[in-house]
Amino acid sequence: MSMKTVFKKTNGLTDNPTHYCPGCTHGVIHRLVGEVLEEMDILEDTIGVASVGCSVLSYEYFNCDMTQAAHGRAPAVATGVKRVLPDRYVFTYQGDGDLASIGISEVIHAAARGEKITVIFVNNAIYGMTGGQMAPTTLIGQKTATTPFGRDESIQGSPIKVCEMLATLDGTAYIERVSAHDVPHIQKAKRAIRKAFEAQKNGLGFSMVEILSTCPTNWGLDPYESLEWVKDNMIPAYPLGVYKNIEGGQ
Amino acid sequence: MGKVLMKGNEVIAEAAVQAGCKYFFGYPITPQSELVAYMARRLPEVGGLFLQAESEIAAINMVYGAAGTGVRVMTSSSSPGFSLKQEGISYLVGSELPAVVVNIVRGGPGLGNIQPAQSDYFQVTKGGGHGDYNIPVLAPASLQEIVELTSEAFDIADRYRTPVILMGDGMLGQMMEPVEFIDGTESELPEKNWATTGTRGDGPRRIITSLELNAKSLETRNEALQKKFARIKENEVRYKTYLTDDADYIMVAFGTVARITMNAINKARQQGLKVGLIRPISLWPFPEKPFLETRDVVKGYISVEMSAGQMVEDVRLAVNGHAEVDFYGRTGGVVPTQEEIYQKILTVTGGITV
Ligand SMILES: Cc1ncc(C[n+]2csc(CCOP(=O)(O)OP(=O)(O)O)c2C)c(N)n1
Ligand code: SF4
Repeated sequence: MSMKTVFKKTNGLTDNPTHYCPGCTHGVIHRLVGEVLEEMDILEDTIGVASVGCSVLSYEYFNCDMTQAAHGRAPAVATGVKRVLPDRYVFTYQGDGDLASIGISEVIHAAARGEKITVIFVNNAIYGMTGGQMAPTTLIGQKTATTPFGRDESIQGSPIKVCEMLATLDGTAYIERVSAHDVPHIQKAKRAIRKAFEAQKNGLGFSMVEILSTCPTNWGLDPYESLEWVKDNMIPAYPLGVYKNIEGGQ
Repeated sequence: MGKVLMKGNEVIAEAAVQAGCKYFFGYPITPQSELVAYMARRLPEVGGLFLQAESEIAAINMVYGAAGTGVRVMTSSSSPGFSLKQEGISYLVGSELPAVVVNIVRGGPGLGNIQPAQSDYFQVTKGGGHGDYNIPVLAPASLQEIVELTSEAFDIADRYRTPVILMGDGMLGQMMEPVEFIDGTESELPEKNWATTGTRGDGPRRIITSLELNAKSLETRNEALQKKFARIKENEVRYKTYLTDDADYIMVAFGTVARITMNAINKARQQGLKVGLIRPISLWPFPEKPFLETRDVVKGYISVEMSAGQMVEDVRLAVNGHAEVDFYGRTGGVVPTQEEIYQKILTVTGGITV
């Protein structure tokens, strides 16, 4: 009887074990990006840019050339790579602290210039790596190490909605917000990532997929509760959907 | 190609293009903006790319990305902007990426002014960003010397996989002089088999990073970097001397200040004062040899700077107590005059002796 392979590790990821906490969806998102790169058969033509945050070691996991950028600067580094090598695929993998706080200028201007790069933006509404401090995406009322009484709009301001903001820029080609909290949404997230890389392939401009992700460790919730928390609290604050698709929206 | 009359900033740009630099990422700041504008015009002619970044921080990080692909790439700025580049420069050193960074220094601290200064000496020669590191720093004194040193800066960068700083004061950037561009002979440089260009089936994937979480591993990496710095110290020292053979007193100055100092020396010589000059061209590695050779025979040294006294510390280290070390400096963008320097020579040497 011959055996049929129904599931295997994607060649888009290396064999290195990841360091992510149990229940963290960073790992799932890595797999989605790896699968898309493999399925599009572009691994050998891709240069990824790792950022600072829990995904700082993503250069150990993606099975392609990788460069590691300073905190927030990944879109500028990716710009340098892509401008020299316009026929290669260049992507950044950034958390919300990295992208929406220290690196907000770099991502806005890369988008405004219409850099033909793909940004994978992992929004877990908190700083994971440094121990659970407030991020620009932390929800109103959310308790973090630096908002111990909950984020107060009158003190810390309101969350930045990155998709909504970047979609207003003419340089953006594809912007979608997805979530990694259950299987149907994970499948949708993969389709979005593929579309973003296809926008890059077709030279349409800047593409970004924001993925709502969990941080059980710093949220103080177990993995299952964390998935529920994304669904119940994050999605209402960060509505899912396509914010920009210059080939025509859904 | 004969001599052409050009502005210092433009000479740096043209010399870089002729050295094979095809990519430039920059942000305007006086007194170096002509360099940025020249690149915007010139690079498309050679099939290169100029991009105005949104900030100095973005520019140096674009340089980081481009350098990682193995091409010759440059950025330039002036003091306040150069401070912003320190983050990226530290990362370039940590990841061992070659690039040339120009600093046309102006008065500080803070916003300061747009007049020429040398007050970034500490920042460029003593690390500047975080971590244990040194970067080769070349300080030309004339526009003709810029032509030569810009090309050497790119070679040093490629040879050692390091950023290299080309430092001039605002006067050097703004002055005009006739210069001649000479076809350089291609020097032999190591292959860039570390570059991240997409593997394209040619071997294992490559990673550019400065992260090393294990303390022992990072120490090993730092030790390797220190060995590299030692090799640079061994091989890349540059300086010129003027009338030092019979000198009783030796002036020390770099960049355009060295030229003014030379005029003051000529005047002193006419009065029978035996004064010479050591002109460091590489500020790091600092040239120790001419001091070792003279420190037991001269009566003293006078460091002349457009700062409150920064290079003088390196002079004191090189002299190591063997002779007196004096200092004359102006700050805030004030350029010392030949007469002031001459008067300083008179004070230190005790005037005309027969
Ligand atoms: C210049 C600089 N400032 C601060 C830090 C510390 N730092 C490391 S990760 C991080 C936050 C990352 O959070 P996020 O991007 O949301 O990623 P996550 O860890 O949640 O995946 C910070 C502030 C740094 N490495 N560099
Ligand atoms: S700290 Fe949070 S974001 Fe980081 S790996 Fe753990 S769960 Fe994931």
